[in-house]
Amino acid sequence: MLSLSNISKWHSSFTLDKVSFSVNDGDYFILLGESGAGKSMVLETIAGLVVPDEGNLFLDGRDITREKIQHRGIGLVFQDHAVFPHMNVRGNLLYALKGSPASHAEKKAKVEDMANRLSIASLLDRRPATLSGGELQRVALARTLIQKPRILLLDEPLASIDNLLKSDLRALLRQIHREGQTILHVTHDYEEALSLGTRIAVIDKGSIIQEGTPEEVFQHPRSAFVAHFAGLRNFFPVTLSAANGSTRAQTGNILIGLVTGESNPDGFIIIRGEDIVLSKDPIDTSMINNFKGRITEIVPSRFGYEVTIDTGIILHALVTGNSLVKLNLSEGNLVWAHFKATAVKYFSR
Amino acid sequence: MKKVSILNLVFTFAGALVLLFIIAPLLGMILKTSPQTLIGTAQEKEVQSSIWLTIWTSLTGTFIFSLAAVPFAYLLARKNFPMKRLVTGIIDLPVVIPHSAAGIALLGFVSRDSVLGQLGSAIGLNFIGHPAGIAIAMAFVSIPYLINTARDGFAGVPERLEKAALTLGASPSRVFFTISLPLAWRNIVSGLILMFARGMSEFGAVIIIAYHPMITPVMIYERFGAFGLKYARPVSVLFILISLTLFILFRWLAKDHEDKDK
Repeated sequence: MLSLSNISKWHSSFTLDKVSFSVNDGDYFILLGESGAGKSMVLETIAGLVVPDEGNLFLDGRDITREKIQHRGIGLVFQDHAVFPHMNVRGNLLYALKGSPASHAEKKAKVEDMANRLSIASLLDRRPATLSGGELQRVALARTLIQKPRILLLDEPLASIDNLLKSDLRALLRQIHREGQTILHVTHDYEEALSLGTRIAVIDKGSIIQEGTPEEVFQHPRSAFVAHFAGLRNFFPVTLSAANGSTRAQTGNILIGLVTGESNPDGFIIIRGEDIVLSKDPIDTSMINNFKGRITEIVPSRFGYEVTIDTGIILHALVTGNSLVKLNLSEGNLVWAHFKATAVKYFSR
Repeated sequence: MKKVSILNLVFTFAGALVLLFIIAPLLGMILKTSPQTLIGTAQEKEVQSSIWLTIWTSLTGTFIFSLAAVPFAYLLARKNFPMKRLVTGIIDLPVVIPHSAAGIALLGFVSRDSVLGQLGSAIGLNFIGHPAGIAIAMAFVSIPYLINTARDGFAGVPERLEKAALTLGASPSRVFFTISLPLAWRNIVSGLILMFARGMSEFGAVIIIAYHPMITPVMIYERFGAFGLKYARPVSVLFILISLTLFILFRWLAKDHEDKDK
């Protein structure tokens, strides 16, 4: 287990303020925050590249706050992979094994094994300059994993990768995690957090402001920042099912129509508040999701009003002041909430 | 028809004038020297040993001082420390002070009554009038070129590559030798070539430390003073041709090395 206890660092541009959290063995821990929130600084502190001004770091109960980087047993993969450009892929992987007491033949075998595991065996003799972003990220992962780190730290590993390759790499990260690797992954992307994380901590201005499972953090944002940062209120754990050629997501007793290419039935859905249309009476539209419910709350929001409707699930719709007046909406009213299947975004777990 | 901007024309003309300014005197000198005279000069033992002395003293000075200059350049590129700007300014001093004045300063530094001079005497080495003194004078005026170029090279190595190496279990010294040095190598080689070339062409500081043994720039000056332009010219042409050949050879070797790296 990795624990951070009141880690503080004063830097000219920002500070880390008493950051505390624990990553348990087997966790896929996501540290979620905007750019400049201090995420990378936290990772560099754990890796030993930055020495904190205050606080302590423990790995399996051992205080490693001032331990040398090379003795920590922590692997860090950088956002832009930091693959050594003057060595080929094999050289990069071997670099991580230099200090190991293994024989040359054993090291060679380890490199081959790791390359096969991460599907980069055909790239071993290539120079980094000839590789794509996705390939470089795999090389960087392989180079770190070959050391068998106790904790794998990932700094925005998907940020510089094409959308097309992102799902491949996500699947790879899931697989690495399933094989027992404890991972701490920092990102600004809530989609990544949802699709990969088993635990999430949200960091803002150098402080951890919420920590929990994805459900706890997104369904019950403890501050406006988390809710706004995540950009979502309509967030539900679901199970997918197919009926009559269309896909449905079930949450509680409610079935929601959606469109997705994902086959894993276990996941989350998100519906943006601005995609929910309200009406007083049932209306004839192409939208397949139509739910009747009672308004429990109307509160002003950044772009108008947020109307909360209890339809069996709690939906949050964003409407303008004009619409509110036009429909004469008030708390306690019965309304219809409508949204398209394509407005439902699904994330498999 | 493609439109030609007047400004571009003016700049091209200015560029041509500058090029002519550099090439014309050199070309004039070379054309005024017959191949026979050049071959005759090249066969003179005195000339041969002078050119050889110039090359090896500059090479030796460059090599020995690079052992300290390259790590120093790394420090300047990577670390912040008090009065760093002052230190950077000091490094450039040899470029801006008159080289004869640098020679006078060095003379005091290496003469027999100085600490360095006494240390040299203890092992039977007198820097004045000695190739070791020449190498020191050459290095003094040319070392800024190596430090500045190498520093730019190290600054261009992304710090995250060094950090990545550290997290992969490498010690700081291993990171320096396996990551920083190879990645800054191109600049370091350029710096070494510049330092060597600048050292070879040094006259002002060397003549004060050592008139004899005579390096080629001093020999050119001596022949001009004693016998006139006609006698100084063939040595000058020969020295320029050898310097250029060495310069091109080193550049080619460095480039060949880089290409193999790709």
